[in-house]
Amino acid sequence: MFLDRFRKPRPTRAVLALYDDPDRLLTAAAVAKEHGFQGVDAYTPYAIHGLSEALGIRKSWIPYVTLVMGLSGAILGLTFEIWTSAFDWPINVGGKPFISLPAFIPVTFECGVLLGGTMTLAALLLACGLPNFKGPILDRNLTNDRFGLFVPEYGPEWNEDRILGVLRKTGPVEVKILRV
Amino acid sequence: MSDVLEAPVIPAEPLIDPRKTFADVNEDVSAPLERKPGTLWKVAFGISLLLTLQFAAEISYQIYKGIGIWGLNHPVGWAVDITSFVFWIGIGHAGTLISAILHLFRQRWRTAINRSAEAMTIFAVMTAGLFPLIHLGRTWFAYWLVPLPNWRFLWVNFRSPLIWDVFAVTTYLTISLCFWYTGLIPDFASLRDRSTGWRRAIYGTLSLGWRGSERHWQHYERAYMMLAGLSTPLVLSVHSIVSFDFATSLLPGWHTTIFPPYFVAGAIFSGFAMVVTLLVILRKVFHMEEYITLQHLENMNKIILATGMMVGYAYATEFFVALYSGNPYERFTFLNRATGPFAWAYWIMVSCNVIVPQVFWFKKLRRSIAVMFVVSLLVNVGMWFERFTIIVTSLHRDFLPPNWSYYKPTIFDYSVIAGSFGFFFMWFLLFCRFFPAISMAEVKSVLWAAKKTEATARERTRREEAVHVP
Repeated sequence: MFLDRFRKPRPTRAVLALYDDPDRLLTAAAVAKEHGFQGVDAYTPYAIHGLSEALGIRKSWIPYVTLVMGLSGAILGLTFEIWTSAFDWPINVGGKPFISLPAFIPVTFECGVLLGGTMTLAALLLACGLPNFKGPILDRNLTNDRFGLFVPEYGPEWNEDRILGVLRKTGPVEVKILRV
Repeated sequence: MSDVLEAPVIPAEPLIDPRKTFADVNEDVSAPLERKPGTLWKVAFGISLLLTLQFAAEISYQIYKGIGIWGLNHPVGWAVDITSFVFWIGIGHAGTLISAILHLFRQRWRTAINRSAEAMTIFAVMTAGLFPLIHLGRTWFAYWLVPLPNWRFLWVNFRSPLIWDVFAVTTYLTISLCFWYTGLIPDFASLRDRSTGWRRAIYGTLSLGWRGSERHWQHYERAYMMLAGLSTPLVLSVHSIVSFDFATSLLPGWHTTIFPPYFVAGAIFSGFAMVVTLLVILRKVFHMEEYITLQHLENMNKIILATGMMVGYAYATEFFVALYSGNPYERFTFLNRATGPFAWAYWIMVSCNVIVPQVFWFKKLRRSIAVMFVVSLLVNVGMWFERFTIIVTSLHRDFLPPNWSYYKPTIFDYSVIAGSFGFFFMWFLLFCRFFPAISMAEVKSVLWAAKKTEATARERTRREEAVHVP
């Protein structure tokens, strides 16, 4: 969960292996998982299909936010329409019933989409911890043409040399040890 | 042998040259943002700015003087303003169709064009939004459209399609902005990482500190999918609601159940024509021919052909139902459209929207830049006149002949039309200069697929040769 970022102490050292080929990164991710490295992340210029499965990252919870917020928006919108038109100041418009349900549907729908959509973006920012201007840029090419596998220090069994040895065999362009 | 036969068939033309590298994509897309603007851009921007300024002057004078300075009269109370409103809202629809609906259908050719199409949507909706405001006459009371608590304790009438419009258009603008911005975040990060100084500060701020972590991409992809899923019914609802402005009235020519699908098809039709117009210019001016290929343009032309025929079918249905209905007012309205004083507008509409797109049946014409540019302009002219025909011809001769009149635009009407184009193009030109006009992140995924297809094809040729050698 996103709150973990605040609880765990930040890793001080990390290994970053850079690849020029997304398929190599996928293989390396599988290898890293096989060797039991923990907290492995990847940094890529575009979303790579199958990478989160290879890294064992859980599916995003954002769709639930969209569903709940979309429904809430619709319910709020409809409630507001009924309250204003039938309770707060009922006005007879062309003999239509105070609660003209069919006529209230368009605004109900728009309210649902409005709240659902804006909250989806808000949830995305929350989930990714954005805006985040303090996070270090590990390598400037990670948003260009490099695909990075990132193994942070995760505990006493973290062994720099072992990780370097394993990752070097996966065909990276470059392997770096970072102090972050 | 069997796996050779099962190998994927090479598409006739890849969406992008597989020899390009990932770094080339960043270079090519960022290039126009990093060099000084060319003369062509400056001239275009200058013209749009002038048109926008005269628009601002017109609006100021009109707010001071009243909407009587337009050619409006009794019974034609809606004319160029509402025509332009419907026209610009419709233009926006193609952008959402490309970005959301084609995304859900996994049409990968959308990747090179979705960014500029979405930008077009936002600017078109912004332009459209001006019209109801200035049309109010007393624009300073525009906030009465929003259900705000007030000293009169009055609420808006939620049974009115004009209020549905307020909600539909504001929601459409907000969600389109969210969707567009979500798509831009990774590209702003790419721009940040290749620039220095104040550019780095600006793009860094706009990127919100995106770093491309897979944990974030996982959320990002799902959120993008959700926004696409929300935008799809939204875009259909917006033009349906715009059509309700007319369909829920009792005026012959407006009071028609066919309006929602007819308006949505027309919106997509005109919007795609506008996308073609813009992209033909964009790819030429910013040298994007390798990304926005003839394949992309041809696909859009096919959609123009299909939606053009839907629109033509709707015209025919409308006319037939009017004649068959036995309602003399309905029948008169339609005969009057085709033969009355506004017949010129009706026949401009029919020829531009139904006849002209038929050239796209021919592959050669569908792939000719000159032909598609002219057709896209004509379709936009036709679609502007479609709204004009619907609005003005229905109003100018209603039930009682003593009520009839003719509508003649004044110089201020022309100023409004020209101004709206200037306003729209001003924003679009700024967008092309400062924002990445092509989604780098998405193009890279298509590029990788193209590289793989090419590798498979090469492997296949090699193996086939090996079979034949002995």
